[in-house]
Amino acid sequence: MEDREFGFSMSEEQSSMKDTVAKLIKSMVAGNPAHDMDEERKLSREIIDKIWELGATISTVPEEYGGYGMEYSPVMNTIFLEELAAGDMALAIAATLPSTFIYTILQMGTEEQKKKYLPLYCDPAYKACTVAINEPRFKFDAVSLETKAEKKDGKYILNGKKCFVPMANDSGHILVAANADGKMELFIIDRNNPGLKIGEREKNLGLYALETYPVTLENCEVSAADRVGGETGCNYSRFLQNTRIAMAAIGTGVSRSSYEYAREYAKERVQFGEPIASRQAIAFMIAEMAYEVDAMRLMTWKAASALEAGRDAKKEAYLAKLYAGEMTMKLTDYGVQILGGHGYIRENPVERYYRNGRGIAILEGMATV
Amino acid sequence: MINLEMTQKMMDVRSGMNNMATSMLRPISRHYDEHEHEYPQELDMFRSIKIMSRPKKKKEGEEAKPEKPGAKKLGANLSMVIVIEEMCWGDLGLLLSLPNAGLGNAAIAAVATDEQMERFGEKWASMAITEPGSGSDSGSITARATLEGDEWVLNGEKIFVTCAERAEVAVIWATVDRSAGKAGIKSFVVEKGRPGFKLEKLEHKLGVRASDTGTYVLDDCRIPKDNILGSAEIKQSTEGFKGAMKTFDNTRPLVASMALGVTRAALDLTREKIEESGIQLDYEKNPNNISATEKEFYLMEAHLEAMRLLTWRAAWMMDNGEFNNLEASMSKAKAGRYGTLIVQKCCELLGPLGFSCENLAEKWMRDVKITDIFEGTGQIQHLIVARNVLGYSSKQLK
Repeated sequence: MEDREFGFSMSEEQSSMKDTVAKLIKSMVAGNPAHDMDEERKLSREIIDKIWELGATISTVPEEYGGYGMEYSPVMNTIFLEELAAGDMALAIAATLPSTFIYTILQMGTEEQKKKYLPLYCDPAYKACTVAINEPRFKFDAVSLETKAEKKDGKYILNGKKCFVPMANDSGHILVAANADGKMELFIIDRNNPGLKIGEREKNLGLYALETYPVTLENCEVSAADRVGGETGCNYSRFLQNTRIAMAAIGTGVSRSSYEYAREYAKERVQFGEPIASRQAIAFMIAEMAYEVDAMRLMTWKAASALEAGRDAKKEAYLAKLYAGEMTMKLTDYGVQILGGHGYIRENPVERYYRNGRGIAILEGMATV
Repeated sequence: MINLEMTQKMMDVRSGMNNMATSMLRPISRHYDEHEHEYPQELDMFRSIKIMSRPKKKKEGEEAKPEKPGAKKLGANLSMVIVIEEMCWGDLGLLLSLPNAGLGNAAIAAVATDEQMERFGEKWASMAITEPGSGSDSGSITARATLEGDEWVLNGEKIFVTCAERAEVAVIWATVDRSAGKAGIKSFVVEKGRPGFKLEKLEHKLGVRASDTGTYVLDDCRIPKDNILGSAEIKQSTEGFKGAMKTFDNTRPLVASMALGVTRAALDLTREKIEESGIQLDYEKNPNNISATEKEFYLMEAHLEAMRLLTWRAAWMMDNGEFNNLEASMSKAKAGRYGTLIVQKCCELLGPLGFSCENLAEKWMRDVKITDIFEGTGQIQHLIVARNVLGYSSKQLK
């Protein structure tokens, strides 16, 4: 790998992508639409389509599979995700959901899998496909799953329970993570597979607008050809790295929204004859929010840079997500606190950031870079 | 283009300095902690290395050395923060004691005329700003400088001067006109041995004991008229003072990198002990399914990474000629505070090993605390960051 220039500034391409997404978000999501989608428990399909039309996901897929063959850039993807999440976290997950399926197969799938599945979803029109990782239990751990995949007569039989599967009801295929003899593997499962049951839509602390479902696998038969990577299996560590960096980028976006909203509020809210921001008790919280948002972003970029250089980013991805999980909770808490009683009222977005932010540390595999 | 992968050059600088810190600083670290005020003679070999200097002007007709093809440039400030992190991984007190690398040298290198550079460039220079009644509010200093004929006459008291005893010259901040406020504050080079200039005492400190910290008293001390750094003219604006303050935009990331070095030293020792106990840090398991020690360790490592990236960004911006007042203060606000907290926590995780002087951890806990204090306390850094992001003046946010 050639030694590339070290640097913190965006290229023209990177900042133009950022501006494009920011503009789109500002015109369609910021303010009431995000609030309304949350209250109505429903994302606007129109906005999802608009975001998909930007082509960020499929642009880096080779043309033979339905993409545009541009250079794949994890750093660019973190910029994309942060901007979307700064608008709305539920939207960021839903609008980029097919990426996790597409990139995983592109990076780890067999030639046969790529030919069969990528053209289905690398389409100018948004088509949902999803991922099932999380399990509804105490001490859930993405690296030691309880959903089992047993090999029998040249097929895999999957058994187990999954939760927080985004948009499972709309998805054509679900990528299911399961424990195959101690090694974590990913399986491509058709949603109409008789062994796969999608339950009632879940009710969660946050992400009201995002439809998530429990998925039960009962003696679910999967062809050996549908194990991601075929005989050799998948690079599960890399799969987690991609998704953990993505969650860190989303956390940065949510935290940034909380910071910016609280900062502007503190300048306008007058008590004791002056803006509350002119008091150190508030000003220092705002200062902390400012540099922690930057720190989260830089850690995300650093982990994505490692991937971009073709290096293993296990440690960087883990630390970036751990940091983002802790800091998103702290910063969204500060957002509510600075608004005081007003922060507790659903009219103001900080309460939504606070609820959504809890997901960063908890959820695995909801997005990818 | 964003790329935070270290280049080969950065890694080379780091490993070279780490070897140096391992072989030269660590072995004498405890000795000079226990022998406060004793000059670390081992550091004499650094005298010839110009750390706080400025590049020599190219002679006419001289061509710049061609870069190796494919080699990436490493900016002076980014290089410096990497060097300082490694040196402080060795020993922060010893870094502060490096000959000819005082803050005074930085100030001279920044604003001296060629003629002043000729006279003072080779001398070890301390920086004297703080007074008993003037700390973070450096606009309130009372030391006076009065022009009498061809000489400035200096009076006042300066405290907390790093390298007070070892330095050959001191850069003294004094006001030429109190009524002019900040605009009247100038800096002067005072050579040791001038009548009326006295090293009053040396302090005994919590940490960084290898570094001598002292008090200067100036009592009708006369220096030549051209020992003033910069212009003697009092401008209506406070540009001059702001210029001096701008020096801190450059030095704050350096102090932040000091915190990085000490913090990493403590984390490295903690990691060693965790691994010796049979725990494998795998960076993969759900952080809630591992021991509290492991989770604490991961979190501290994450904070160290955050500290480092904020610091490197501030230094990188400087190398690229970008105004970095906000980012410099962000780096120091984060690094000073979290460095302090992390090393405290490492001592706790190390248990008895962290309380005993058999190990250096307890020393690092004392040493790192200074990084949240000098060159602007953490609170001052938060003020600067808050004013910046809120768009407030120092009157709007006190």
